Amino acid sequence: MMSYSAFLTEYGPRFLDGATVTAIQTVLAAILAIVIALVAGLMRLSANVVPRWVATTYIEIFRGTSLLVQLYWIFFVLPLFGITLEKFTAGFVAVGMNLGAYGAELVRGAILSVPRGQWEAAIALNMTGAQRMRRIILPQAMVIMLPPWGNLLIELLKGTALVSLIAVADLMFEAKQINGTTFLSAQAFGTALIIYYAMARFVITPAMRGLERRMRRRLSRA
Amino acid sequence: MTDQDMSKYPLRLADDKVPMVRFMNVTKRYGDLVVLDSLDLDVDEGEMVTVIGPSGSGKTTVLRMLMTLETINGGVIYVDGEPLTHMEKGGRLVPADRRHIRRMRANIGMCFQHFNLFPHMTALENCMEAPVHVLGLPKAEARDRSIELLGMVGLEDKVDQHPARLSGGQQQRVAIARALAMRPKVMLFDEVTSALDPEVIGEVTNVIRKLVDQHNLTMLMVTHQMGFAKEISDRVCFFYDGKIEEQGPPSEIFGSPQKERTQQFLSAVLEAG
Repeated sequence: MMSYSAFLTEYGPRFLDGATVTAIQTVLAAILAIVIALVAGLMRLSANVVPRWVATTYIEIFRGTSLLVQLYWIFFVLPLFGITLEKFTAGFVAVGMNLGAYGAELVRGAILSVPRGQWEAAIALNMTGAQRMRRIILPQAMVIMLPPWGNLLIELLKGTALVSLIAVADLMFEAKQINGTTFLSAQAFGTALIIYYAMARFVITPAMRGLERRMRRRLSRA
Repeated sequence: MTDQDMSKYPLRLADDKVPMVRFMNVTKRYGDLVVLDSLDLDVDEGEMVTVIGPSGSGKTTVLRMLMTLETINGGVIYVDGEPLTHMEKGGRLVPADRRHIRRMRANIGMCFQHFNLFPHMTALENCMEAPVHVLGLPKAEARDRSIELLGMVGLEDKVDQHPARLSGGQQQRVAIARALAMRPKVMLFDEVTSALDPEVIGEVTNVIRKLVDQHNLTMLMVTHQMGFAKEISDRVCFFYDGKIEEQGPPSEIFGSPQKERTQQFLSAVLEAG
């Protein structure tokens, strides 16, 4: 039987390639999720019923159904309607749209938890609705929603493993391939497990903590 | 409200002497609860009117309606002769649209019980925010104006502090400077000392005293501090149950109140405090 160090020497580069793809998928999906969350979250708070309804429907659909089914829809079904996405694009789009729906509720909740006095002060200073939101409410909502966003981004990272099912060569895909040729399941999936954990624990978590600290400092101290 | 009802309200006030603020037959309801019942109240230019009364008497609602933080259910509010809550359309008054409200709201500034400073901005940035982004003043001009006002309220050494680093009295003084930076014609003070520790109340009342002495601002103040109201007001309105029960110069209201409810309220308050 092959030693683990020999296994790593042999297959390490492929794990690294896969991890790189996973990282890129995560970053692109996160950007998409943040944009969608912001737009849908604000639409949910609109005084106008149409945007509110559109956002609610979107959130219901993407939170209420499985990410895997959404991924298959985007990759296999949309082409039937003339929209063909490359598998790499389909991958991060599906993950981003799904997690964006969860994020929209975070955005909405955080905006609503900014004290009412802040809105009233901004009205009393005659700021427009857009100015109130952009300059007064959102900067404060941001601080409130950062911790739950940290959780969501870790969910998102783990969610990207599903893109291996449409043959995007991510970390999970490589692990499965290596397992298929070597039958060293413990080593193959064990390594993937460790890499996912390390990305969450040593990249996303510290980055969010740092961001949180910085924003909190800006909010409360000179 | 039907169109016929509106015909008794003038499109604009054109007497010889137009009050800075006029509440005309203003009613405010929350569901079945009538908070203000057909309120008529004029405030003249440069006048300092204090509103007192038990909690739930509708006194804070008066200020909030004038600041357009609350809609009204009947009547019309005029500011400087022009309708605030309504606008003219085809020769009659219709409820004001957003644009009209924004234009009229520029005349009014307000300070709140809980200061409501923007926590992510320094004292100076709090003051500069609206002059720069709402009035479109050049930054340097807004800065000069804000620093001058922060100096007026005695906080020239705190301009770069965030609100969390300031005491309640200091925060309220920044809030006053912030409101004044918009150069309103009417200033509203809503229980601005109620959330303060007793020892810093004087910092804030001194600033208001200074405004009364040195500026021709029209002011409406809701307060529980009877001593301050007595000293500073041109007129005191005692609110009870959504109506003005009694009003007059402070010497009369505090010295020889005519109505029984006024007497009861004042004796209860003065005993307590």
